[in-house]
Amino acid sequence: MTQVVINPTLKDYKSEVKPTWCPGCGDFGVLNATLRGLTNLKLPLDQTVVVSGIGCSSRFPHFMKTFGFHSVHGRALPVAQGLKMARPDLNVLAVGGDGDFFSIGAGHLIHAALRNIDVTVIIMDNEIYGLTKGQTSPTSPQGHVTKSTPYGLLASQFNPIATMLSLNVSFVARGYSAKPKDLATIIEQGIQHKGFSFIHVLSPCPTFYHTFDAWDEAVTPISAEHATSNKAEAITLALETEKQYTGIFYQEERPTMDQAAHHLVQQAKPFDVNQYIQRYA
Amino acid sequence: MMNEVTIRIGGESGEGTISGGDILALASARWGYHIYTFRTFPAEILGGPCMFQVRISDHPVKSMGDYADVLVCLNKEAYDRNITDLRHGGVLIYDPSDFTPDDKNYITYAVPLNEIARKEIQMFQTKNMVMLGAIAGLFGPSPEAILQVVRSKLSRSRKANATLMEKNVLALEIATKYVTEKITKIDPYSLGPVEKADRVVLNGNQAIVAGALAAQCRYFAGYPITPASDIMEGMAKELPLVGGTFLQAEDEMAALASVLGASYGGVRAMTATSGPGFSLMTELIGLSSMAEIPAVIIDAQRAGPSTGMPTKMEQSDLSFALYAGHGDTPRMIIAPATVADCYEMMGLAFNLADRYQLPVIFLTDQSLTARVESVDRHVFKPLDVRERMKPETGATNNNSQQNGHNSSEQTLVGVGSSGHEYARYTYTDTGISPISAPGIGMPAYVATGLEHNEAGHPNYEPEDHTKMVEKRFRKLEIAAKELPAPQRYGDEHATLGIIGWGSTEGTIQEAIDNALGNGYSVAALHLRVLSPLPDDALQQFIQSVEKVIIPENNYSGQLANWLGASYGLQAIRINKFGGIPFTAADILQAIKEVSKS
Repeated sequence: MTQVVINPTLKDYKSEVKPTWCPGCGDFGVLNATLRGLTNLKLPLDQTVVVSGIGCSSRFPHFMKTFGFHSVHGRALPVAQGLKMARPDLNVLAVGGDGDFFSIGAGHLIHAALRNIDVTVIIMDNEIYGLTKGQTSPTSPQGHVTKSTPYGLLASQFNPIATMLSLNVSFVARGYSAKPKDLATIIEQGIQHKGFSFIHVLSPCPTFYHTFDAWDEAVTPISAEHATSNKAEAITLALETEKQYTGIFYQEERPTMDQAAHHLVQQAKPFDVNQYIQRYA
Repeated sequence: MMNEVTIRIGGESGEGTISGGDILALASARWGYHIYTFRTFPAEILGGPCMFQVRISDHPVKSMGDYADVLVCLNKEAYDRNITDLRHGGVLIYDPSDFTPDDKNYITYAVPLNEIARKEIQMFQTKNMVMLGAIAGLFGPSPEAILQVVRSKLSRSRKANATLMEKNVLALEIATKYVTEKITKIDPYSLGPVEKADRVVLNGNQAIVAGALAAQCRYFAGYPITPASDIMEGMAKELPLVGGTFLQAEDEMAALASVLGASYGGVRAMTATSGPGFSLMTELIGLSSMAEIPAVIIDAQRAGPSTGMPTKMEQSDLSFALYAGHGDTPRMIIAPATVADCYEMMGLAFNLADRYQLPVIFLTDQSLTARVESVDRHVFKPLDVRERMKPETGATNNNSQQNGHNSSEQTLVGVGSSGHEYARYTYTDTGISPISAPGIGMPAYVATGLEHNEAGHPNYEPEDHTKMVEKRFRKLEIAAKELPAPQRYGDEHATLGIIGWGSTEGTIQEAIDNALGNGYSVAALHLRVLSPLPDDALQQFIQSVEKVIIPENNYSGQLANWLGASYGLQAIRINKFGGIPFTAADILQAIKEVSKS
């Protein structure tokens, strides 16, 4: 009863658990794009682990037939990194929402970014807290009125792409849930990228913050002429507030921490307690 | 002449007080003696009073000693702080240029430590070698034994050079010569040559690192914290050499979360922390218990609450370890008593975590982390490593799952209403469900902190939650029966019993030995497993005696509370919570008082 499926199709990646999302939720598009991306890459089901935290979007692993780890709020990245460090042979994805990654788990995001451990991160950003029914999020726009900001949000809006670029992340991209084909391509590229791949996905919440129309208008594919090695230009694109650029902002191949750690163990020998304890003799 | 002596060195942190003590302890052990050390130091890197005490004996040593037989004071403050702990009739070694002692209850040997270091050696930092030379000349071990240790230490040091080694040798020789010629020895302490034994000398944290490696721990994540950092540093250095990986996490939440990630991947993984970090890990203890992912968590207790006293000893995290986490959260708690335990019980910790698929909390404490003991080498044998129960692949057995309840732990395929191919959380009589891992041809599943059905899918039905909670707790019931029972120590017919836990075992046993020698009738039971409690052994012991004393290094009597809640036991509580462990004299006094009443 092994889980090895030869030549898997999209159906093979999909579990029998039906998504709990509201009708029209952007996350359907992201799930669809992810399934498509995995199918295109023929990623072995039993060698792929989808890790999440808590939030509407964090139910994700339950809807897939790969291995999954639905952890606790904010901790998807530490779990994913521990798994990848211990098992570099696996394909590890970390998925979740803006609350998970930019608020309660923001501290982890910074360090995961700096370590460049080979994990693909897909963040479904709806600029609102959905599961808890409509409180402000770090990516809510300033002035936004929510249940927890009845007089308007006083804090500045978090800029995920600019932040990741400043943290030297080796793959920074954005997609839009309403364009699942393009998103699938980005996810494929993110998985193939060796290193920390950050994919910011605009994924609207039709129930608590309907941004489909605004994003349909704002979403603009990054020009084909943009050199993904040009960080200064990438930052300029990231700081653009009128438009929401989609595509790959920046990409750079450089050693990952998991590779480096496993390079170290090449000379490893089985533990021999008699020999080890000699240092205390 | 007595082949046993307890020497305390008091001085300033950063002056070589501790390193001098370390050298003395190691040299004595190599000279063939048993040793047991205790030290205090400030949390600051430089400055502040510190002390190092080593008990050196030709027979096995169980505690740090009630009093110092010899006190070496490197300054006036050390004298003021430590003189009350010097045995009446003991020996005070001091430098007359620092102070003149006023008490006449002991033997005094004046040695010009400062002058020898400054004028004769012309290198003040050799003062601790001068001190060691004086100790070697007066009591032993031989200067050659000390030199051997210094040589091997310096050979590993970046600061080492030929001049430094020469000066050290000279300091040792001149001081030894000085005390031999100038001091008339009138004390009884003399460490003569004894038969060499096959022992190793290490502290609790070093033994934990060795134990984790021997237990096949191959992933470690942690965040620096006193007094657990040496475990992290040891694992950082050693893991790559045996094929493991290491991560210094950004905080303790991340540390334990990443351990759960690695463990989910089928790799034995652990973290080590102290109270403040353990507090942060709480939510992940719940996740480990709920998602049934094995994890080993070392809590090197220090004095709390909050930041508390980072470098002081306390046994005050037991209640927290028992209850940390919201909801009904089964976990196991074990506590080593000796340096040997720190090695052997790492094997137990990982086997328990893997067998019962839950968090195992390993409660050591500051005194044990830094306690150096001489341990028989044969303790360090390869550890028994038991694999997790994996799902059977290839075979299906649909007959046994008619009611969704398997009597065999090994059957799991096709269980549950969802029709999922693999029911990760299948109900079994033991509560233990076979656990899969990615990438090795085993079936996939989703681990989750949400309440779930047998297949691991979210489920909030009352029946499901009831059955799942029962399943998770059933593992503890089974474990209580499977675990080795604690052994009674002392008088078989005693009417007075002592129940202890953690690093106090040797001290309690020494007190019992003394009490028995003085005609008292007393026995002890020492708990190494604190959750689940060894019911049979505990109830038998409690029933066999009329009174139970529970000595604990905490204010609230946390074991006494736990046993009170579990068995209705009304114990006599002896609590010491100043940051310093019990002495055998403390326990003996309690035995005497309780026996009188």
